Amino acid sequence: MSAVTTETAVEAPEGWGRRIAGPIRKAISLLSSVSLTFLGLTCVTFIIGRGINIDPVIAIVGEKASRSTYERVFKELNLDRPVWEQYLIYLNKLFHGEMGKSLMTAKPVFTDLLHVFPATLELALVALIVGVCLGIPLGVFAATNRGRWPDQIVRFGALLGYSMPVFWLGLVGLLIFYAKLGWVEGPGRIDVAFDDIVPSVTGMITIDSLLAGEYETFWNAIGHITLPASILGYYSLAYVARMTRSFMLSQLRQEYVLATLAKGLSPFRVIWVHALGNVWVQLITVIALTFGGLLEGAVLTETVFAWPGLGLYLKNSLFAADLNAVVGGTLLIGVVYIFLNMMSDVIYTLVDPRARSRK
Amino acid sequence: MTTSSLQVGAPTGLRGWLLDPAPASRRQAQLGGWYRAWLAFQRNPLAMTGLIIVVALVLVAIFAPWICDSDRVYHQVLEDRLQDMSWAHPFGTDEIGRDIYARVVYGSRITLTIIFLVSVIVVPVGLGIGLPAGYFGGWIDGVLMRITDIFLAFPRLILALAFAASLGPGIENAVIAISLTAWPPYARLARAETLTRRHAEFIEAAQLQGASSFRILVTQIVPLCMPSVIIRLTLDMAGIILTAAGLGFLGLGAQPPAAEWGAMVSTGRTVLLDQWWVATIPGAAIFIVSLGFNLLGDGLRDVADSRAG
Repeated sequence: MSAVTTETAVEAPEGWGRRIAGPIRKAISLLSSVSLTFLGLTCVTFIIGRGINIDPVIAIVGEKASRSTYERVFKELNLDRPVWEQYLIYLNKLFHGEMGKSLMTAKPVFTDLLHVFPATLELALVALIVGVCLGIPLGVFAATNRGRWPDQIVRFGALLGYSMPVFWLGLVGLLIFYAKLGWVEGPGRIDVAFDDIVPSVTGMITIDSLLAGEYETFWNAIGHITLPASILGYYSLAYVARMTRSFMLSQLRQEYVLATLAKGLSPFRVIWVHALGNVWVQLITVIALTFGGLLEGAVLTETVFAWPGLGLYLKNSLFAADLNAVVGGTLLIGVVYIFLNMMSDVIYTLVDPRARSRK
Repeated sequence: MTTSSLQVGAPTGLRGWLLDPAPASRRQAQLGGWYRAWLAFQRNPLAMTGLIIVVALVLVAIFAPWICDSDRVYHQVLEDRLQDMSWAHPFGTDEIGRDIYARVVYGSRITLTIIFLVSVIVVPVGLGIGLPAGYFGGWIDGVLMRITDIFLAFPRLILALAFAASLGPGIENAVIAISLTAWPPYARLARAETLTRRHAEFIEAAQLQGASSFRILVTQIVPLCMPSVIIRLTLDMAGIILTAAGLGFLGLGAQPPAAEWGAMVSTGRTVLLDQWWVATIPGAAIFIVSLGFNLLGDGLRDVADSRAG
């Protein structure tokens, strides 16, 4: 599903192959593919930014502005130029890190994004850790017990994860674990009492508080992140477990498994070292895709848990008709997506000798 | 799959006709194939559960006026607000005294409408892009697949969110936004199916008879793509429902007072801790329906896989 798989790249003609070494050619095709996707992304965000139901001029000057003010702003926004020219101007600004100002916070969107993104990253990373650390063993466990009850339970559990609306699961989780049982802290990243105690270094409170040696803050932050991250992590867990299971099944069918077992290696070693070792490369792609999905799920989770990250920022700007912010946030997530796809491709090529030697 | 007609006591009647190893007509062979698939399908309890849930959803949506009075969906009784579950209100009432049971029942209509509209848009668009790409190859394939890749590279919910924000909230725009982000897998699927059949003999025969490319695509290749498209669509339904509900939850889908499940969860948030049912019941409805589609899709895929080999 990766957008930039090297297979889809057009094969260079014969003459090229001899002159340019394989890796360089591969890098060129990867780069061209990535930049094309990026251009496509900017095209889409440009169209979104020209929102149909929102007049960008009125959004700035208000409805009661005089005709002359309206026209001046109209010109300032370059709306009198042809659309393709507007697109080029937009692209040019983008390359200089300029995404316009947010109407909501009156700060440049770029600054806002830098401020909110670490919170989302923190949430998604913890969720990813939950998903990977539980998903892979569960997938292996299911594959080795194929068709028996552990397999059925894992498969059904994964299916449940796919089917649950994340915002609903978040609410139910809050109801049970926060309101009724009191096992975790409530919405937000941290209690108000701990606000601004630790200096922001990475923007991720758990890491910052550890760096500053503020262990009380750290545990409070952990109490806050546990529930949203577990709920978000359940989704990646479902996906990772399912994919691990099917990868492992295809490995366990192969003859080398039988051969290593016949040589007297313990089944434990064969499964966890030999078979899983061959699956890693494929799993990297899966994990990269999962991480993209986590960023997406973060929008809904953050709304439920009042988590001050990119998702909540996007949601709030949606309702403030703050298109600059909406487009900026969408662009950021899109860029992260493209980057993840590219990285999984690169890692795939680096780790898998077969992919490296393939023409 | 064993064909029971090979056994000594071969079934007779309709069953025997369907399972006949030597069908006399094309129709008999086709119906027999369907029947065998159904036999394999019904052996899977999870898949049957999924089918029952989906059928129940459709029936509830169609017969909603017979199940409960349509007036109760919007009827506000302020003195009855936030009532616990009772015989009068099986799922309780919401914050302005509307009956949640009636709203959940009528909400199935909105869900079904969204599913239907998205499918009707997504499948033709996906086929329209995937079929020519696979059939003609060359630069047409390159351009079309590059566009598909670009859309595949986007996070779906975020893009739908941004489109919904740009187009304005509302159920039609939610449908458009979801469709815009949901078509690429179908284009890929249609292309892959077309590629495997492009050089088949029956296609060449049609070409020699002078059939146009358009005609070959529509009459020869589309029917062959349909099974995998339908399975993919069933598996996608859960995702579509969840995206639609997510948009509704964020306030970008169906607008109040429409009884949309996601929006209902959103309004119940404020009273979650004291009146848990207001947010929980509609959410459970979303969950059950998308689980049903997932189970059904999984079952269909298993049947298709075992038929393929």
